[in-house]
Amino acid sequence: MTPTLQFFLIVSAALFCIGLLAALSRRHAIFILIGIEMMLAAAGLNFIAFWRFGPRPAPPTGVMVTIFAIAIAAAEAAVGLALVIAVYRHYRTTNVDQLDHLKG
Amino acid sequence: MSDWIVSHLWLIPALPLIMSLGILALASRNAAAGLAIVGQAVALILSLAAFVATLATPGYRVFHNFTWFTFGEQALRLGLVLDPLAAVMLVMITLVSLCIFVFSVGYMAADQNFTRFFAYLSFFSAAMLGVVIANSLLLLFVCWELVGLASYLLIGFWIHRPSAAAAAKKAFITTRIGDIGFFLAILWLYGRSGTLLFYDGGNGALEKAGLVTLGASATFVALLIFCGAVGKSGQFPLHVWLPDAMEGPTPVSALIHAATMVAAGVFLVARVYPIFSSGAINGVTAPLTVVVWIGVVTALISALIALAQADIKRILAYSTVSQLGLMMVSLGVGGVAAGIMHLLAHGFFKALLFLGSGSIIHGCHEEQDIRRMGGLRGLMPVTFLTYAIGMMALSGVPLFFSGAWTKEEILHATSLWSPSRVPHYLMLAGVVLTALYMTRQMVYVFFGERRAAAQHAHESPPVMTGPLVVLAFCAIIFSVVLTPAWPWLHDYLSGERAHYDLSQLIQPGLYLALALVALGIGLGVLFYRGSGASDPLEHAQPALFRFLANRMWLDEFYDGTILLFARFAARLSDFLDRYFWDGLVRLFAGIGQLFAGLTKSFDERAINAGVNDATGAARGLGRVLSGWQSGQVQTYLSAIALGMLALLLFYAWLT
Amino acid sequence: MSSVAFIVIAILTLAAALAAATLPKLIHAALCFALSFVGVAAFYFLLGAEFVGLVQIFVYVGAVAVLIVFTILLTRHDVEKDHGFNWSGVAVTLAVFAGLIWAVLKSGNLAPTAAPVAPLTVKQIGELLMTDYVWPLQCVGVLLTAALIGALVLVLEEKR
Repeated sequence: MTPTLQFFLIVSAALFCIGLLAALSRRHAIFILIGIEMMLAAAGLNFIAFWRFGPRPAPPTGVMVTIFAIAIAAAEAAVGLALVIAVYRHYRTTNVDQLDHLKG
Repeated sequence: MSDWIVSHLWLIPALPLIMSLGILALASRNAAAGLAIVGQAVALILSLAAFVATLATPGYRVFHNFTWFTFGEQALRLGLVLDPLAAVMLVMITLVSLCIFVFSVGYMAADQNFTRFFAYLSFFSAAMLGVVIANSLLLLFVCWELVGLASYLLIGFWIHRPSAAAAAKKAFITTRIGDIGFFLAILWLYGRSGTLLFYDGGNGALEKAGLVTLGASATFVALLIFCGAVGKSGQFPLHVWLPDAMEGPTPVSALIHAATMVAAGVFLVARVYPIFSSGAINGVTAPLTVVVWIGVVTALISALIALAQADIKRILAYSTVSQLGLMMVSLGVGGVAAGIMHLLAHGFFKALLFLGSGSIIHGCHEEQDIRRMGGLRGLMPVTFLTYAIGMMALSGVPLFFSGAWTKEEILHATSLWSPSRVPHYLMLAGVVLTALYMTRQMVYVFFGERRAAAQHAHESPPVMTGPLVVLAFCAIIFSVVLTPAWPWLHDYLSGERAHYDLSQLIQPGLYLALALVALGIGLGVLFYRGSGASDPLEHAQPALFRFLANRMWLDEFYDGTILLFARFAARLSDFLDRYFWDGLVRLFAGIGQLFAGLTKSFDERAINAGVNDATGAARGLGRVLSGWQSGQVQTYLSAIALGMLALLLFYAWLT
Repeated sequence: MSSVAFIVIAILTLAAALAAATLPKLIHAALCFALSFVGVAAFYFLLGAEFVGLVQIFVYVGAVAVLIVFTILLTRHDVEKDHGFNWSGVAVTLAVFAGLIWAVLKSGNLAPTAAPVAPLTVKQIGELLMTDYVWPLQCVGVLLTAALIGALVLVLEEKR
């Protein structure tokens, strides 16, 4: 019995929410980045699921978008981590609660 | 030529006016006299030209009307007119004024305000000439008031003298009272007949159509106009200003109170005579009757008062009032031409007398009391001779002196008046009195022993005696045109063709007048010769004399009644003004301040506070909103997630 | 049989993700994070998108996870523990999860069976990249270059 589209959708939703959990509830900056990466992966999973269960012959859109999404996620991760390093160098902390200089 | 002068009639009053302004602008002594005299001389020449033009036809009348301004549908029109009445007045006024101007050069030589004097004189002359040639009652009134202003300026010329200032004020206010009536007459006339022009090609107020439109209100209009004449010509009861007006310099007295200004009242009555005589029954109307009786009373009262005066100019002043009364009587009984002729003759010889008295005053070193003069006959021969000529003309000595003929004409006219013969008899008495007081004056001044100031008297310089001679000459020559045998002037003024009738010389009335004059002079010589400084009348009837010498207590009477009321009214007005009106104004100011205070507090509390609260609220809101910017990235992310959820639910719910 | 595989992989992935989200120690969390991505890649393989799955492993597990480990290394300050836990985030997450599930379940019958798979070969993908998707490809290239340069600039030592 092949799982239905809804199964994959639920899985990707769950993965997304776990990523959100990681982003919202951890104090360390890197955890937030981890969460973001998880959310992006969940979205890619969603795309592939829809591609798979879509009409035949399937346009390759789902796959292509996912490829690009992964590439972009990688770039974003690189920049984000560079930011974390730079912030750490400056403020000597990675606790986002203490990075509130934009408070106002 | 005649057309030119007729169309340029306005030049005659305009020239002296321009000279007056020029004198004020230049402010130079020599230029002042020169400009004034030149202006007057040219005006005289123009007046003579106008006079010649009117000789063309009997009943000559040329007028020129123009519109001053229009309001809505109506237009206010003014005009100038040239007819025999205007022409003779022009000649008389310019000639007498010229003589007086020349006289003033000598008389006012020592005065500091020489220039101002001549400016005022020129201005007066201009205004008077304007009165004479006006074809509109309004224009006449305007010039009338200007004459009043000029007389105020001239009577009060010596501004540092309180008595002069008071006299000027009295003159102005007394004439003003009369002018109220005059102005009401103008309003009434305009209201009833719609025009103020005298002659307007058939539509004028004095022409048939205008008089018909006026109807019964002609009586009231005439009486109101007569009020103005009463004031200006010093008739009873408004005569009180004239003797006080002697405070001005003697040339002023000569000009204003002999020849011109006082003549304006008589001229006015003559000018609007058709209104006076409209609806006449046998030549008698109510206004004319009023004119006669007032003239009679005036003539008698002032003649009596003149008998008891000691100031040389006062005697002449009261004499003027008396003669004006006589002229009014003449106009009233219907002898318009006779009255105007007497006006012209009176202008000449009264001016002569006033200038002569000026010469006497100047020669006696500013002494004016006749009781301190005497025997000046030898010391001032020219003055004596000319003064004597004037005196004889005034008294009515016949043949060579003009006054006789005119007086006789007037008496003749009064004898024909239907309602009553009383004016005739009273005027006969007036003739006697006139001769009496003039003889008294002559005897006091020129005959007898030299008292006080007369001892060091000297004759006046030629610049002063010259005009005297000229006027004396005029007084004599004028009689030529006045003889009843050749009543040229009478016919000219009445608009008839002159006729030559020797039979007129043999009138019983004439001889009666001659007899009365002789009686008067004889009595005068009898009473006053050799009496010295004391008055025989004073000895005989002290109470009567005191009554007359104090001018019949009329001034005091006015002071006690009208002036008392006026002072009370002034004090009342002051009180009202100070407490009532001022209080009202303060009240309004207080209300204004109250409103200002209310507005201020409203502004402060309501608006400012409102604005403050609004800004405070904005600030609070800003504080709240900025509080949301925690700077915490996770908070932002939570917000985004929740927002996304809301959006998702919204879309899901939609589908 | 394949459904069992799906379920197992799903459980594995989600458990690893949850571990990555909640473990206190950073290194542990990073490694579980890598494991969850392996599970996702397995999904891709099972769904027939093999190339994507491979790319997923190369990039995510091979690059991103390693990057994260390096960063942890470079930002050691105190004990590499994470302090504190934010419970409000949990509430938000649960809400979002509920919403999403509701949306998914509400949408009814969505293609219950999968059609036979037409494999998408690498050759095809390459051709597509060079023809239909050449522009996005170039843009991604530029993006990667920019990200590279940006990251370098960000971590340059400040001049004293």
